[in-house]
Amino acid sequence: MMQTSRRLLLASTIGLALCVASPATAQKTYDEGASDAEIKIGNTNPYSGNASAYGQIGRTIEAYFKMVNDNGGINGRKITFITYDDGYTPPKAVEMVRKLVEDDKVLLVFQTLGTPSNSAIHKYMNQKKVPQLFVATGASKWGNPKEFPWTMGWQPDYATEGGIYAKHILASLPDAKIGVLMQNDDYGKDYFNGFKAGLGKDADKIVQVATYEVADPTVDSQMIQLKNSGANVFFNITTPKFAAQAIKKAAEIGWKPTHYLNNVSISVGSVMKPAGLEASQGVITAQYLKDATDTQWKTSPDMVEWNKFMDKYMPQGDKSSSFHVYGYAAGATMAQVLKQCGDNLTRENIMKQAASLKGFENPMLLPGIKINTSATDFYPIQAVQLSRFEGESWKIFGNVLSNEGASQ
Amino acid sequence: MATTTDSATETTVAIAGRSWWIWIGLAGLALLPLVGGKTGLISNFAFLQLSLMIVYAIAVLGLNLLTGFNGQISLGHGAFFAVGAYTAAILIDQADWPFWATLPMAALACFIAGYLFGLPALRLEGHYLALATFALAVAVPQILKYRHLEPFTKGVQGINIFKADPPFGLQLSGDQWMFLVVLAVAILMFWAARNLLDSRIGRALRAIRDQPLAADAMGINSSHYKAVTFGISALFTGVAGALHAIIFEFVSPDSFRFELSIAILVGAVVGGIASLPGAVIGGVFVQAIEKYADALTKKISATVYLPLELQPWTIYGIALIILIYTMPTGIAGGISSLRRRLKRF
Repeated sequence: MMQTSRRLLLASTIGLALCVASPATAQKTYDEGASDAEIKIGNTNPYSGNASAYGQIGRTIEAYFKMVNDNGGINGRKITFITYDDGYTPPKAVEMVRKLVEDDKVLLVFQTLGTPSNSAIHKYMNQKKVPQLFVATGASKWGNPKEFPWTMGWQPDYATEGGIYAKHILASLPDAKIGVLMQNDDYGKDYFNGFKAGLGKDADKIVQVATYEVADPTVDSQMIQLKNSGANVFFNITTPKFAAQAIKKAAEIGWKPTHYLNNVSISVGSVMKPAGLEASQGVITAQYLKDATDTQWKTSPDMVEWNKFMDKYMPQGDKSSSFHVYGYAAGATMAQVLKQCGDNLTRENIMKQAASLKGFENPMLLPGIKINTSATDFYPIQAVQLSRFEGESWKIFGNVLSNEGASQ
Repeated sequence: MATTTDSATETTVAIAGRSWWIWIGLAGLALLPLVGGKTGLISNFAFLQLSLMIVYAIAVLGLNLLTGFNGQISLGHGAFFAVGAYTAAILIDQADWPFWATLPMAALACFIAGYLFGLPALRLEGHYLALATFALAVAVPQILKYRHLEPFTKGVQGINIFKADPPFGLQLSGDQWMFLVVLAVAILMFWAARNLLDSRIGRALRAIRDQPLAADAMGINSSHYKAVTFGISALFTGVAGALHAIIFEFVSPDSFRFELSIAILVGAVVGGIASLPGAVIGGVFVQAIEKYADALTKKISATVYLPLELQPWTIYGIALIILIYTMPTGIAGGISSLRRRLKRF
């Protein structure tokens, strides 16, 4: 404690001296984890365990910041990106995030992945007043600046996405009998509640809900249960490994419902290919990012840049995996916030700048989708477009469906 | 009986002879927050790690009492660890209890749970008991997720709690203060365990382990003692669980998967199954090796450029095999036999 105040005193004395000596020099202010030379960013990702497919996101962000550093860094500062394995388990995430904040002394924590893990560190980050920025989960609770001013989400929230599927089902399938498969945690419940709210008075069209635990080996028995319920619409709320299993099993047992798949598992490389392209035809989802397998983006400048990035920094990476697009796009948002911060790299200013993104055209977002935040709007991306799996890639259809402007 | 008494006096003498070393060591540990913390040499996170080592030492001690001194095998002590942790977390989170008051409650809850589990387990011997306890370890995380318990356990999401600031305006950080608390509780628990083992009860426990028939013939009520030992063992491990919840500030069903039970057993065996210092070594092993074997494996394969890819946990497995072959009585046993051999020269 004493040390900090001494350092503070020293810093402010120097700052004061600078002001007196040369009023023209812009004042540089830093919190722990930032200096003239570097900005330390912490992260946890599942590099092992059942959800390890997501680990590609952490690796992509690591590579993204390497590219940023090679191009001169941000405002002359290099990014030090420290990422640890949490195995998608909350206790491990708690331990690793404490290590990041207390031992590695990072300026902020960025893109920590998974609803359970982020829930576990939510209060801690806000008590410590360390930014928990652009978390890699779409739970709706990340946009609550009144109670948790140090936490912000990034992707469209699950409840909104679930609601959009519900609306589409009501509009296009009047005699729907819906079966739902969901992961039994906050993430699954968030989707399901948004979906149910979207159905409104037609919620009784849900004829069967089956759940699984993230530690389960397969979802085979749940799929058989869903088929036997007589459902003709299937809402698939699963993480990648289970999503692939579910698609495959449905084909195996000859169940052909109209299949809605949540956005977190739409990676062609990690889900659709392992499940079998044949079995994946016609699956519907909602997208906000350009899919690298969709040929219509081939010549758009951001896709060209992304391909160059992949070739140089992730030569072994599977270009059909949406996680590489996701990590790249999220990294770009983070870089933009740090750019806006200029030489004022305090934690407070970082949150302020994160909440002042106005119409930011983030690379890799679908045309017409922009990032907007404000002091009361902590939901950066709030628009999606429906998309159907055809051949070997996703094909978007319909209009951009926006929930922009809603806060809370 | 004569041999048992001999070995008991031997333990006491051995501990008494070394006791001033122990006190110096403990005083050094107690001064750590003042020396290391003030100068900034030891971070708060390092204190958390040290505290966790001590916590696991208490948990291993609990299993030591049961397996090492009473001869009953348990593959399910993670379950009692979980019960202790959840007792503390729920009392702090929902009843606003101060953290220290939850420790006796966790102890009581785990003693009852352990005693009740010990009663039917009396009919099971050897590997049957091992399997029954293993089932307990597998079941507990699922029970914690049970829908109707969710108002208390908060389901898969787990419970966040916050540790109290140090009292009396002490100039310590939360982690430094909790390190001292954990250290004090550990000293109390080890002192209690030593006294228990040196008492009539302790001799009865060992008699049951070594010669169950003879112990029965001597008039020792072995079924009673076995159930009580199960309770006491669960109590120790439960207190460790409660401390874990308090210093870690978070519990969730995933914190107490069956791997934890195995980790405690491995810690007990590696440290030395019928030895109090062995429990301390076991605790350090559980926290340090177990948690960082993965990272260490990666680091080694990255620096040495091994032609084959080392899987995570490789180091852990190799270390375990070497230890068991070279020191079958655990590290504590290995050290004392080494010392005896050195004395001979």
